[in-house]
Amino acid sequence: MESLPSLLDGLYITLILTFISLIAGLFLGIGLALGRVYGGKIVSAICIGYIEIIRGTPLLVQLFIIYFAFPSIGITLEAIDAALLGLSLNSGAYQAEYLRGSIQSIPSGQMVAARTIGMTKLQSIKNIVLPQALRISIPAWSNELIYLLKYTSIVYIIQVKELTAEGKFIAAETFKFLEIFAIIAIIYLVLTIVFSTIIEKFEKKLRIPGLGEKAKIGLRNAL
Amino acid sequence: MHMLEVKDIHKSYGDLEVLKGISFSMNKGETAVIIGTSGTGKSTLLRCINQLHPPDKGEIWLDGVNITDPKIDINKIRQKIGFVFQEFNLFNHLTALRNVSIGLEKVKGFTKEKAEKKAIEELKRVGLKDQAKQYPAQLSGGQKQRVGIARALAMDPTIILFDEPTSALDPELIGDVLDVMKSLAHKVAMLVVTHEMGFARNVADEIIFMEGGVIVESGPPKQMFQNPKKARTKEFLGRISTLYGKD
Repeated sequence: MESLPSLLDGLYITLILTFISLIAGLFLGIGLALGRVYGGKIVSAICIGYIEIIRGTPLLVQLFIIYFAFPSIGITLEAIDAALLGLSLNSGAYQAEYLRGSIQSIPSGQMVAARTIGMTKLQSIKNIVLPQALRISIPAWSNELIYLLKYTSIVYIIQVKELTAEGKFIAAETFKFLEIFAIIAIIYLVLTIVFSTIIEKFEKKLRIPGLGEKAKIGLRNAL
Repeated sequence: MHMLEVKDIHKSYGDLEVLKGISFSMNKGETAVIIGTSGTGKSTLLRCINQLHPPDKGEIWLDGVNITDPKIDINKIRQKIGFVFQEFNLFNHLTALRNVSIGLEKVKGFTKEKAEKKAIEELKRVGLKDQAKQYPAQLSGGQKQRVGIARALAMDPTIILFDEPTSALDPELIGDVLDVMKSLAHKVAMLVVTHEMGFARNVADEIIFMEGGVIVESGPPKQMFQNPKKARTKEFLGRISTLYGKD
């Protein structure tokens, strides 16, 4: 029981890492996805390059580069900042791909229609494409939140005192490995259930009336 | 001076020359109907006029302005050229009302209240005031197309281009859309690509028959239907009348 305060401290760091990376990754992802779809050859190639490099290398290696290798080129970051940067850059690449899929699933005629009433390309993207693409991405985004929450545990390797790191420290001191790690596992589990429930509510609330209902009825009849 | 003047428009996609020198003109408030077989360049012509697909050669003048001039602000010009699509292309995440008002708000800079007030007026005009709060997925095809027309009307265009506006509709829904279009005749200029010969005969001031990327013949409906000069026009109209009915 005396270990609870430090676990709570760790939980706090875990939540900070998760949410800041998720939001920073979202903005990065929007930029990358738009760049990839609408950016023209050069911008699109840069975005694809970034996405492929990040997705093609382990998060742990990315964190090591940021934390251990960056100082040699004159950039020294606190462990927590390095963790935030690494997780955000990583999540951005994945979120970009979810969003790109959503953007490309929106009938191109809507973009054309927006242009015919005099909207610029940017206005059409902002008012017509993005509001729909973001809605479609919510389920994937829920996945990303859950992944991120669990992936934050990896940053204990660069000495960030998040939930898993605190647990490992306490367990090593008390030798209560089973109890401590069971508690930690349960905390992650409860958080993922709570988050996915909240996002599901959010998704229902933002659902576009009528859209997709016919498909669902058709499926029910078929079954 | 004509309101719209199309001068020798050429357009190719790769090696395929779709438009091979199209010229015609329209006066203010006039309705012109373009007829012709599929793949003849009718839709391409409409897309050249509002520069969705800029022509390779030729000029288009609207209200005395050369809108094919590369220096022109095309977004400003497009507000004056409404477009109604075969597939409606409504904005799926917006209510009927917002579909109509969003252009007023984002393009014309109206306040939200003022934009929605005008949007309601436009929806009334197409008989859809009661559907204002519904989303596209909750509307029938005919209702969707009428929202599409209201969306174009809201921008106060000088001309509206219709690209086969009833081709994607169930037969029993076509009438509502054609009635709305009929009610707009002489209030706003309309350039309509359609196979609805009844509409062409009764509403058009001018019929343009296109084939193979050129205009074969054009003239008032009476002349075109009763005394076509070219044998090809006669043959086409004969064939399409048996298909779609004489009126």
